[in-house]
Amino acid sequence: MRAWIEKQRYLMDFTLSSLLRRKVKNLSLLLLYTLIVFILASAMFFTDSIKKEASLILHGSPEIIVQKVRAGRHELFPIRQIDRLKTIRGVASVEGRLWGYYFDPDVGANYTFLVPTAGSASVTPHNASTDVVGGEGDESAGAAVPSTEPLYRVNLDTLKSGTAVIGHGMARLRHAGTGDVMAFRAFDGTSMNFRIADTFSSKSELVSADLIVVTEVDFRRLFGIPVDVVTDVVLSVNNPREISTVATKVAKVLPDARPITRDEVLRTYDSIFNWRGGMMLVLLSAAVLAFVIFAWDKASGLSAGEKWEIGVLKAIGWETADIIQMKFWEGAVVSLTAFFTGAIVAYLHVFLLSSVVFEPALKGWSTLYPQFQLTPFVNAAELTTLFVLTVVPYTTATIVPIWRAATLDPDTAMRRVGE
Amino acid sequence: MRRSTMFLFTMMVEVVVLGLLLVHAAFHEESGRATLREKAALIARLKLTDFCLFPEARYTRHLSQADLHSGFQDHPFSLEHFPSGSFTAPPRDLGRSVHESLD
Amino acid sequence: MNVRKVFNSGKPSEFSALNGIDLRISANQVTVLVGPSGCGKTTLLTIIGCMARPSAGRVRLGDREITSLPERFLTEIRRSTFGFIFQQPNLIKGLSALENVMLPAYPLGGRRALLKDKAIRSLDALGLAEKALSKVEWLSGGEAQRVAIVRALINDPSVVIADEPTAHLDRTLSHRFLEIVERFKAEGKTVLITSHDPLVYESRVVDRVVKLRDGRLEAEA
Repeated sequence: MRAWIEKQRYLMDFTLSSLLRRKVKNLSLLLLYTLIVFILASAMFFTDSIKKEASLILHGSPEIIVQKVRAGRHELFPIRQIDRLKTIRGVASVEGRLWGYYFDPDVGANYTFLVPTAGSASVTPHNASTDVVGGEGDESAGAAVPSTEPLYRVNLDTLKSGTAVIGHGMARLRHAGTGDVMAFRAFDGTSMNFRIADTFSSKSELVSADLIVVTEVDFRRLFGIPVDVVTDVVLSVNNPREISTVATKVAKVLPDARPITRDEVLRTYDSIFNWRGGMMLVLLSAAVLAFVIFAWDKASGLSAGEKWEIGVLKAIGWETADIIQMKFWEGAVVSLTAFFTGAIVAYLHVFLLSSVVFEPALKGWSTLYPQFQLTPFVNAAELTTLFVLTVVPYTTATIVPIWRAATLDPDTAMRRVGE
Repeated sequence: MRRSTMFLFTMMVEVVVLGLLLVHAAFHEESGRATLREKAALIARLKLTDFCLFPEARYTRHLSQADLHSGFQDHPFSLEHFPSGSFTAPPRDLGRSVHESLD
Repeated sequence: MNVRKVFNSGKPSEFSALNGIDLRISANQVTVLVGPSGCGKTTLLTIIGCMARPSAGRVRLGDREITSLPERFLTEIRRSTFGFIFQQPNLIKGLSALENVMLPAYPLGGRRALLKDKAIRSLDALGLAEKALSKVEWLSGGEAQRVAIVRALINDPSVVIADEPTAHLDRTLSHRFLEIVERFKAEGKTVLITSHDPLVYESRVVDRVVKLRDGRLEAEA
């Protein structure tokens, strides 16, 4: 056993020496390889964390949302129909939501205007029992949790007309803070001023960056929405297992409505950034393919010099197996280094540097992009898969061609010497 | 120093660093739980449904609420105006009818 | 130890390098194979040294028939019995002289400290101590040749095989080489050399000269 370990170390010594001999070529290969692992691992870390975060926090989103659809488009929901929904068995409460978009031409950003529903009314027996702690009825939701700063401080129930609570991303974009006044153009062209009562903490940017929370009266005045309609309605049900049954009943009671269940919301985020994602796949596969070709050429093509070297090694008493093991270490050294370096840098990139490399692509056209720090969720199984997918093929590609050369009689390779 | 010693040492350092990062992840997951609960509470309080990931258009801002016929609902391979279209798949239940068959 | 080699080769092919050679090489002697280039000296040498197999015929080492042994055993024999010195030094570039010398012992997995010690002592014996850590690219022709000799001996072979060892050496260096050969003989090693250099086959160190022509034994001096 001792001799075996010593032998492997000798082979490693040799392989490292021969790798260092062609420093520039091998280091650039290593760098490229590390870069590929880095991109793959970053994408993996980012995707996993955002999915996990979605599954954890979107559990607090409404159980069923009912949209009105007319001619295939989203329409405002008449308040008088709310009572019909209340008659459905299993429905605990029905509430109208008021929200919409506002385009700010000065900065080219979209905001989401939102009216908070009455806080205490939304507490249902079921919701209180989910793992969402803090209680929706409790106004300073964040304050319920000790140790950390609350996400916001004002009481949304007693928000005054003419004031607003805005998201941190929006505050950043407009250089606005608590106490400042922001002007918005109403539907009729008149200007409406809002004094900023509070901003949502930067910790919540992933969900609140572009929000602007205003009172119902202000919302209707800004967008010119009559009092007898709302944007859509949210339903809470008594028994969460009945959500889909209730959704079917909603469709029966209001055939022109489209119910969206919480499951569907969660699934939307489960499929986000998945591997079928178009651009990601196209870009990555091109990069990976280019690397595979390069690596294959590098790892598998034996130059005359290398063949000669194998001949010498065999002539001085190395077995075919020794040469194959030596080449195994060559592949292993390169791919292990690349894997670990790539994975470490990817972790730092995603969780400590907020995925700066991906940001331009993720941001896209949006001017108001949230700055968020993901909670690091690492999926050990996926990390292992990445390990297997990167280290194994490369190492194999290094060994395979050597097999043919190594089984040559040593003098075949030796004969080249005199040339 | 012997080259194999240097390599094995580097590997060991890298494995330890990666291990520490995983510990860091576990630790932060624990401490991040409070913030996650707050965010969940905010979502519940404001009845939010979506992440503010792609605020460039209404159908990317609220992915799960987008209406059935907006451009975004095309397959992600058909890149539309925004890069975000390539990162997301259309909601899985999009084509599913909630209504009884008309026949 | 009595080293005996019986070799029968009858290659019918057009390019047959050797045609029925029956040769016995005795231990503890210096034997030189002489002949014009292309007469099959090197081919014979590679067959004796288990680097290549004959198309027909048998090679015996001591009492063992080694022609039909599988490749793994051949390597084993090659490693433990033969030390090769080639026409060119054939050192692996990018490694130091010391590493090159240690190479043949790598697959054996011995303690590195011991191996290194032995390698340094052997280099010292040929006056190469201060060159041990320099890369082989920086060595002169004679130094490289001596490093190659040290490498051939690192596994303590009983037979040293040298293929045209003086082909790329000047007169002085060739004499130095023959002094080294003499030392081998004194240590009880069997030496087998191919050469068409009179300096070698007329040397007093040589016990026996075997002449080859067109793949056949000609006569013995």
